Amino acid sequence: MLQAASNQQTTTQWMTVCSLEQILPNTGVCALVKGEQVAIFRIGNSTEIYAISNYDPFSKTYVLSRGIVGDRNGIAKVASPIYKQNFNLKTGQCLDNEAVCVPTWTARVVEGKVQINVNH
Amino acid sequence: MAKKNLVAIGNGMVGHKFLERIIASGAIADWNLITFCEEPRVAYDRVNLSSFFSGSTAGDLSLVKPGFYQDNDVKIYIGDKAIAIDRDRKEITSANGVTLSYDKVVIATGSYPFVPTIKGQDTAGTFVYRTIEDLEAIANYAKNSRVGVVVGGGLLGLECANALKNLGLETHVVEFMPRLMPVQVDEAGGLILRKQIEALGVTIHTSKSTTEIVSEQGKVSKMLFGDGSELQTDMIVFSAGIRPRDELAKNCGLTVGERGGIVIDDFCQTSDSDIYAIGECALYQNRIYGLVAPGYKMAEVAADHLCHLDRPSSHPEIARFSGADMSSKLKLLGVDVASFGDAFAKTPGSQEIAMQNSVEGTYKKLVINSEGTYLLGGILVGDASAYGMLLSMVQNQIPTPPHPEDLILPQRTSSKAAFGVESLPDTAQICSCNNVSKGTICNTIQEQKLTDIALVKQCTQAGTGCGGCVPLVTDLLKLELKKAGIEVNNHLCEHFAYSRQELYHLIRSQKITTFDELLQNYGKGRGCEICKPAVGSILASAWNDYILNPPHVGLQDTNDVFLANIQKDGSYSVIPRIPGGEITPQKLIVIGEIAAEFELYTKITGAQRIDLLGARLDQLPHIWRRLVDAGFESGHAYGKALRTVKSCVGSTWCRFGVQDSVALAIALELRYRGLRAPHKLKSAVSGCTRECAEAQGKDFGVIATENGWNLYLCGNGGIRPQHAQLFAADLDEETLIKYIDRFLMFYIRTANRLERTATWFNKLEGGMEYLKQVIIDDSLGICSELEKEMAHNVATYACEWKATIEDPAKMSRFRHFINSDETDPNLVYIEEREQKRPATLVSKE
Ligand code: SRM
Ligand SMILES: Cc1cc2nc3c(=O)[nH]c(=O)nc-3n(C[C@H](O)[C@H](O)[C@H](O)COP(=O)(O)OP(=O)(O)OC[C@H]3O[C@@H](n4cnc5c(N)ncnc54)[C@H](O)[C@@H]3O)c2cc1C
Ligand code: SF4
Ligand code: FES
Repeated sequence: MLQAASNQQTTTQWMTVCSLEQILPNTGVCALVKGEQVAIFRIGNSTEIYAISNYDPFSKTYVLSRGIVGDRNGIAKVASPIYKQNFNLKTGQCLDNEAVCVPTWTARVVEGKVQINVNH
Repeated sequence: MAKKNLVAIGNGMVGHKFLERIIASGAIADWNLITFCEEPRVAYDRVNLSSFFSGSTAGDLSLVKPGFYQDNDVKIYIGDKAIAIDRDRKEITSANGVTLSYDKVVIATGSYPFVPTIKGQDTAGTFVYRTIEDLEAIANYAKNSRVGVVVGGGLLGLECANALKNLGLETHVVEFMPRLMPVQVDEAGGLILRKQIEALGVTIHTSKSTTEIVSEQGKVSKMLFGDGSELQTDMIVFSAGIRPRDELAKNCGLTVGERGGIVIDDFCQTSDSDIYAIGECALYQNRIYGLVAPGYKMAEVAADHLCHLDRPSSHPEIARFSGADMSSKLKLLGVDVASFGDAFAKTPGSQEIAMQNSVEGTYKKLVINSEGTYLLGGILVGDASAYGMLLSMVQNQIPTPPHPEDLILPQRTSSKAAFGVESLPDTAQICSCNNVSKGTICNTIQEQKLTDIALVKQCTQAGTGCGGCVPLVTDLLKLELKKAGIEVNNHLCEHFAYSRQELYHLIRSQKITTFDELLQNYGKGRGCEICKPAVGSILASAWNDYILNPPHVGLQDTNDVFLANIQKDGSYSVIPRIPGGEITPQKLIVIGEIAAEFELYTKITGAQRIDLLGARLDQLPHIWRRLVDAGFESGHAYGKALRTVKSCVGSTWCRFGVQDSVALAIALELRYRGLRAPHKLKSAVSGCTRECAEAQGKDFGVIATENGWNLYLCGNGGIRPQHAQLFAADLDEETLIKYIDRFLMFYIRTANRLERTATWFNKLEGGMEYLKQVIIDDSLGICSELEKEMAHNVATYACEWKATIEDPAKMSRFRHFINSDETDPNLVYIEEREQKRPATLVSKE
């Protein structure tokens, strides 16, 4: 989901949510996008960003943006701050429970601005 | 045979080493040892002088064990300078009027900082950087200064710049040459180094010669440069090189070099065979060695030679000095710099391979012989992790791999592994500070069945100097363990093939200050929720940096990130510190008011404090501001840190109490507040044996006796309750605190992640007896280090809530949405027993 501007459908509608500097390297923030809570993560000191739902299905709270970012075998992921389940940042797949997957959004950085495709 | 007089002039690092060597050889039976010590104290560790600014005391730096000279009959004249050697009468005279005759003299007078002749150079506000007194003067003057300039951009100059920066000054470095560290680093490396150092906020001025120091009201006010520019400053430290202290030698007619330095031969004898010179005052083959290791070597050679004079048979083959390696690796203002072997490719026909990465700020250069088969030297800037390995290849003439560039370029093949420690011969020197070979380390590990790095260091001395060789020593240990079939995978996680204890050690010895730096040098991947908080905690234990500084934020669990405890619904709880459980009615009222204002659920916790629950992220800073204004601070309920020191009411009120348990609990809580540890720490103090404070259930508990305090260690409540064990009885308060300091730092050093003291203790071989040896008898010789580390933590404590509300940038993170002021709509509360509580999911819907 990284800056994947090429295969966008016609419904793409970018919304600027913050500037890149507002997301410290290797941390997340939560944005309100069309009434939904989106957790946006920044990998390292780069423009590589990912957006997944802020909802943690295990604790049933909106907190994923506050998890610790890292990788498991090279897969970028976040650990929920409540019960520590991990989610693949690209796909939303829970790495600790095959049956669980959270929604993702397309995200990109344009001229230092973080943008989310409001239509996922 | 009557004893003869052996006089050592100068009691610095090298002079002391010499005396130690003579004493160790047993030659004390033949000699009266006498030494003149110009400074007001006996020899101390000048190499680590700068640590004086980070809390080391003169006592910590001392190289001489108390009583060592007295016990060995060394006559020392402290604060007395030798002023003349009369070679005809074989007499030495001192400034204080001592005159004594000698048989042999060893001159170890070191060097003095060179101060270029500049108009105004001795104005008030100018300093040099060589002795403890110099540093005291700098620290004092800095209190009333804003700007500081270091003249000289060499190794010492940059170290000094670091010190000025840490003293809070706007810091500048003025270098005469066009680049920094001209002696160790080439132009390309100097450029990268400069960029890195500038990024840290130190301003660098190269190619500048100072022409005048202008004063105002008798104090430094600005510097004028040859190119017409000028620089305002309040103080100046000269660090423009050293000059050997050879006046004594010169005045008595010994041969000195053209540009100074007492000329010596392979046995460190001067032109008079009864007089030796060693250390920084000596000139060997036209060279002054400004590092301590060559000086130590000279001390050994001279001592052995002197002993040999009397007992030729016992030393068939006596050591000679034959020059020394000037390779060095250091961390300057957090930037790695290493220079080794023939760094400037002076060997005829030699070739260079260089790799420069301006993005990462690294520069690596290798110098290879003309055939491309052996490494001759190199320079590393920004990342010197390969230093130990590369130096070893130079020293041991290990053939280079087919593509020598692989040694500095990480990718190509896995050929790097084949050139690990495994390929080194047994004679390879691993620790250059203490001259320990690979063979010695491996044999010691095998013979004594060592399994951890601390013991390897202790038994071999390797790694106990600058610490630079610790990664190599660690590799050797792993290799030996593997050979012995011991599978010890205590790796922290997939990102670090090290245990917490090893990482702790690396972070301290390599002065690593960020997770990224550790990952780059010793780990792989991006880290995870296991290693990040563990490393964050180690960094905090070691350096006590504010945990929400940008490089550290992403390492912390959400509790630490928001300095509050996350609750089941994603809201947070706030627990202010109430030291010892003592609280004024006024403060209780304030807590009540705040709870009412922010509608927080209020409860007395199980640890004698008050919890305010149900705060939203955006409310936290506002709640803290109210609390801080009322005199509260963070209680660290969220951290793997000291929680509370509970107390009972004690002798002030209780009819049975024998000591003031409340006062001690408060003192302990204030001393250790904020201390980060592998897991949380709890304590309690009871005023008598009835033990109302439950001290025996704590990590460290104290119970009053008629004569003082009993200290109990390693207790636990929680999941597996365990009673603490009596560690020492009837202690006075000072000793009590000393033992607790040592205990806590020892635990922090050696425990695994998330291991409470009780679990740690249960695994400790030798149990309580061993712990007593380490902490009371100092069997590992680390107690002064442990105390120093604790002193640093105590001195640098700061309330994290306060730091956060004072910083608008930090405050801005305390909102639920980055792009909206709305709050989390899913936090819903209902009322129960006259307070709020989270709505259950059913009632939310
Ligand atoms: C608030 C409090 C309960 C209360 O309302 O009284 C509490 C609340 C929590 N305790 Fe506790 N413990 C509290 C006193 C205790 C005590 C009593 C004491 O300290 O005297 C103990 C037993 C003593 C001990 O630790 O040895 C205690 C043993 C634990 C344990 C088990 C530790 C163990 O070594 O087995 C855990 C789990 C852990 O840390 O891994 C735990 C973990 C927790 C956590 C952090 C669980 C969690 O992850 O949410 C709770 C945090 C809630 C919060 O947001 O504040 N809490 N907990 C108490 C806060 C005390 C304070 O003022 O700081
Ligand atoms: C801040 C700083 C950092 C350093 N960092 C490093 C490092 O990282 N690595 C490294 O290898 N080296 C380092 N050095 C250099 C190292 O400290 C010296 O190489 C070492 O101290 C030399 O030992 P010495 O005994 O020859 O001289 P000194 O340690 O200077 O001792 C000489 C002593 O003799 C005394 N003396 C002089 N004349 C007389 C007299 N006539 N009568 C009586 N006493 C006299 C002096 O007062 C002094 O106490 C550093 C030095 C400084 C100042
Ligand atoms: S422990 Fe001792 S001093 Fe404390 S309340 Fe109980 S009896 Fe009193
Ligand atoms: S090389 Fe300095 S401690 Fe080993």
